[in-house]
Amino acid sequence: MALTHRSSNLLKPLSAAVLRRTFSTDTITVETSVPFTSHNCSPPPRTVETTPAEMMSFFRDMATMRRMEIAADSLYKAKLIRGFCHLYDGQEAVAIGMEAAITSKDCIITAYRDHCLFLARGGTLVETFAELMGRKDGCSKGKGGSMHFYKKESGFYGGHGIVGAQVPLGCGLAFAQKYSKEEHVTFAMYGDGAANQGQLFEALNMAALWDLPAILVCENNHYGMGTAEWRAAKSYAYYKRGDYVPGLKVDGMDAFAVKQACKFAKEHALKNGPIILEMDTYRYHGHSMSDPGSTYRKRDEVTGVRQERDPLERIRKLILSHDLATEKELKDTEKEIRKEVDEAIAKAKESPMPDPSELFDNVYVKGFGVEVFGADRKEVKSVLP
Amino acid sequence: MLGIVRGRIARGGVNASSLQKIRNQSLIYASSRSYSSASKEMTVRDALNSALDEEMSADPKVFVMGEEVGEYQGAYKISKGLLEKYGPERVVDTPITEAGFAGIGVGAAYHGLRPVVEFMTFNFSMQAIDHIINSAAKSNYMSAGQISVPIVFRGPNGAAAGVGAQHSQCYAAWFGACPGLKVLAPYSSEDARGLLKAAIRDPDPVVFLENELLYGESFPISAEVLDSSFCLPIGKAKIEREGKDVTITAFSKMVGYALKAAEILAKEGISAEVINLRSIRPLDRSTINASVRKTNRLITVEEGFPQHGVGAEICACVVEESFEYLDAPVERIAGADVPMPYAANLERMAVPQIEDIVRAAKRACYRSVPMAATA
Repeated sequence: MALTHRSSNLLKPLSAAVLRRTFSTDTITVETSVPFTSHNCSPPPRTVETTPAEMMSFFRDMATMRRMEIAADSLYKAKLIRGFCHLYDGQEAVAIGMEAAITSKDCIITAYRDHCLFLARGGTLVETFAELMGRKDGCSKGKGGSMHFYKKESGFYGGHGIVGAQVPLGCGLAFAQKYSKEEHVTFAMYGDGAANQGQLFEALNMAALWDLPAILVCENNHYGMGTAEWRAAKSYAYYKRGDYVPGLKVDGMDAFAVKQACKFAKEHALKNGPIILEMDTYRYHGHSMSDPGSTYRKRDEVTGVRQERDPLERIRKLILSHDLATEKELKDTEKEIRKEVDEAIAKAKESPMPDPSELFDNVYVKGFGVEVFGADRKEVKSVLP
Repeated sequence: MLGIVRGRIARGGVNASSLQKIRNQSLIYASSRSYSSASKEMTVRDALNSALDEEMSADPKVFVMGEEVGEYQGAYKISKGLLEKYGPERVVDTPITEAGFAGIGVGAAYHGLRPVVEFMTFNFSMQAIDHIINSAAKSNYMSAGQISVPIVFRGPNGAAAGVGAQHSQCYAAWFGACPGLKVLAPYSSEDARGLLKAAIRDPDPVVFLENELLYGESFPISAEVLDSSFCLPIGKAKIEREGKDVTITAFSKMVGYALKAAEILAKEGISAEVINLRSIRPLDRSTINASVRKTNRLITVEEGFPQHGVGAEICACVVEESFEYLDAPVERIAGADVPMPYAANLERMAVPQIEDIVRAAKRACYRSVPMAATA
């Protein structure tokens, strides 16, 4: 799992042996929280195989994601992050479980709630914070911002601001995979709000018609911005909305359920074309940093989910019940992660803003020496290489 | 020959045996056409078809996608014969879902393929415009070079004949405004071949604005243009006719009108220089300015709506760079500021005619008839 290795260059060696301990790769069997509900297909079993090493990496990676999003919240309030900032805390299990089931040759595309997916696909904390703060060392060199993270070499295609657009794009990725005869799949992720978009059904129709290896993943956090799912959709059984396309409803707060579902979906898509996965998940923050998230839902609901279904707590309980680590060791890991994140932020803050000359970079791949102008064309102009 | 073939397709349905017959006939036609007459001529339709064929043959990543491009042989027969030659994986018939298939095309381009997405007319591109602009044009910039989009969106643009308001809009100005896009508008068969090949080979998203009424027009074509490696540069205009008294810029169908206007003007002693823009974005400002510095007068001609049109940009750029050289205000000839009417006489008034270009050129040369009093 890329995340665990990637953050090691920010680690200082600790005296506690916990993080250096190699966890065994013996199989442990866990059960998903609830059985899968299916539409037009037979659901996979709820027993999932895992290993101590995987369980520990799930914990570590989700804790890193959680810490990163909370840190981003503070940076936004300190006005170091501008514009839009959509946080993923609460939904970590979807990113982690999916990553565990696939390879970097499979593609993922999502909308604007993309920080943790970027991390799961091999992005670093420094790249994330630098991009959020609009600095040169950001993954998009400061030119994209929160909603436009990409990592093409590990199959992460962004990072899209227009609700629903990423679904046809994802089906296009799957089209290319099939065209090139790769044995890989694309996960096109969208929310319950985007699930009503017409272009989604257009793309799904074509994916089904042409047997594209496309997996549509609805991250149903039950609110499209401020609108609850039952106020926006006549049918909010999103896993059934594909009609002839099979679907699976998954507990998105259970990383093992997500892993099992994604594994199942990948096998299905390679043989039979598209499938829909509905991840029943929840976001603790509001839609974005400008939404307190409390005008359209009760505080009790949020705290209730945190207590009953938090993905991090589930893994913690599993680890403790299997005696893979002690409570103190897990707390120490979290402290260490906090330190890592703080160091990444400090490093990102040191990164400079892009050079003014970079304003005109990357407009085209091939600019033919065309002239390009700034606001006052007599004052600022350049040539596109 | 082609007419018979086309007629057959238009009249009957296309079933397996008639498809085979058509294929045989078009093969015979293709092989005999080049040598049948002394001066080689080619229709714009054949120019586009041959360009697509050659680029698909040269690069297995190139594929064609759109409504009726495969079995129907293309709504305007531009993709005729391609399905038989390359198969349904590379010539993809889509449902009538522009937003969906434009998005799928862009996604395929993200992953390294080279799609040529056809809009049956550019009026339907409005259904997909979010993908053209936000998913294609801006991606290379937003990702700081990680995600490039080597896609071509092509199809007929602008007014046809009698098709009414919803099927007649010219999109050159809208797409021409967007950084990250390249926008091309061929006129002749040479333009069609060279620019389409350049567009398909280009690593950036290209909007390729054809014209339905030009598809059937024949143009003389040299052996160089017929060569499969022939390519025209993007961003360079062509001086179709040299002159010294007034510059007329035009693109697509209006180039033909401008050339006819130049002949009429020549008889009256006005030597007009006609520039075929070829490229709306990047705009060849240096050719335009060099011409205006020579002639000192400028008429811009376009079919589209006048406000915020291509002519407005050309006028501004000439005023900025060659103001002292202008001997007369820049004149704009454009479509009327109305949705396209259906009645033939009104339709005629809604689109520039040759006499409009002649009149404007005379005005710029201070040789005009007195202007009508305005309200």
